[in-house]
Amino acid sequence: MTEKLSNAQIAWRAAQDIADGAYVNLGIGFPEMVAKFQPPGRQAVFHTENGVLGFGEAPAAGTEDWDLINAGKKAITLKPGASFFHHADSFAMVRGGHLDVAILGAYQVAETGDLANWSTGPKGVPAVGGAMDLVHGAKRVAVITDHVTKDGQPKLLERCTLPLTGVGCVTRVYSSLAVIDIEQGRFVLREKLAALSFETLQSLTGARLNLDGAPADLIVPEL
Amino acid sequence: MDKRIASLRDAVAPIPDHATVMIGGFGGSGAPIELIHALIGRFLETGSPKALTVINNNAGNGHVGIAALIEQGMVKKMICSFPRSADPVVFTTKYLAGEIELELVPQGTLAERIRAGGAGIPAFYTPSSYGTDLAKGKPVAEFDGRSYVQERWLKADFALLKAELGDAVGNLTYRMAARNFAPLMAMAATETIVQVSRAVAPGEIEPESVVTPGIFVDRIVEVPAPQQEEALNRANAHYPELRA
Repeated sequence: MTEKLSNAQIAWRAAQDIADGAYVNLGIGFPEMVAKFQPPGRQAVFHTENGVLGFGEAPAAGTEDWDLINAGKKAITLKPGASFFHHADSFAMVRGGHLDVAILGAYQVAETGDLANWSTGPKGVPAVGGAMDLVHGAKRVAVITDHVTKDGQPKLLERCTLPLTGVGCVTRVYSSLAVIDIEQGRFVLREKLAALSFETLQSLTGARLNLDGAPADLIVPEL
Repeated sequence: MDKRIASLRDAVAPIPDHATVMIGGFGGSGAPIELIHALIGRFLETGSPKALTVINNNAGNGHVGIAALIEQGMVKKMICSFPRSADPVVFTTKYLAGEIELELVPQGTLAERIRAGGAGIPAFYTPSSYGTDLAKGKPVAEFDGRSYVQERWLKADFALLKAELGDAVGNLTYRMAARNFAPLMAMAATETIVQVSRAVAPGEIEPESVVTPGIFVDRIVEVPAPQQEEALNRANAHYPELRA
């Protein structure tokens, strides 16, 4: 069993690449954790699909206002400078190229930048939400994910086998083992855990990992 | 001109069987619970309206609001982006039994289709869903080297919405994130019915502050202190109430 980063540590690493003042959308669930780990002195402005820009942390239990929620239907608070707008304006921000970063979860990512994160197949009730819109328009679409599935299968592949959310949209993957860019239809390894050999990482990845100089060590704090 | 209606029951009276109804709200935020329950009340007494097509972001949560509408068998088809919730049992059961149709639409595409419906734009191109299962059968075109999917406007016979302030000529403001789809749906429906938490006289809403101008609104009914879907679900509420 290889050592790997916790979800919080993956979120921490992704947060280090968000600039002060960036407009950011975090997918529901695990990606929401990125907001907790902004480096000191930097403040991103968080966008949520249901029409709020500039929201802050969750309120204390018992003080929720259910007219003030995020896309995950969780109660939020407002920061000074926040604004409200309707859904068409909200998605104009998304598709119109006004967001700097969108950070999403993934079932699978392909070396082409294709993303599958909305459906695990024909069973059950399909639900897509804003995922297919979010993968278009943000200047940078990044994924945070475990490097492999719960049963050890690669999530980074030559081609996705699950239904696609978007084609050629992802530019960087923060995984539990590595930081990998997607450039011209190839995975390019930027950082990996120091204790992990390139060969082991390659064996856990379903497509060729390319090098552009020696990869840096992926170093994150204990969280 | 006075668009105020005295009772919830009268407000929803014009909605017939087979109507297409847009319902505001994102989850419980902005959900017009009292208008929906008035519609259910009418159905329980008269057997109408039924076979409705309902347009909302979601497909109900728990056993109140849209979930209760579905639970009564009043809904033939849902058009939505995310038919999951904390407690999606009502929709899920009917869907898996083949008793309700689903048209799944990416959320931004849903919003823009509704906006287009209200704005008189029959179709538009969006990058969303290109290359995915949800784009199957739709025309694709290339603009400046990128591919886009053609989507069509979405209109409705009625919209049921919740707003914060409403004056007698139909001008509306909303409360925080409860705005979501409401300004778009108000434009896209032939008849827009709004429950407002406070009815005010024309002039009491500053013209600069009006979010939905009254031209898009037909009926206003005052519902002070409206119920919140989330709070009802936390109390395990059912509509109609369960008999002991």
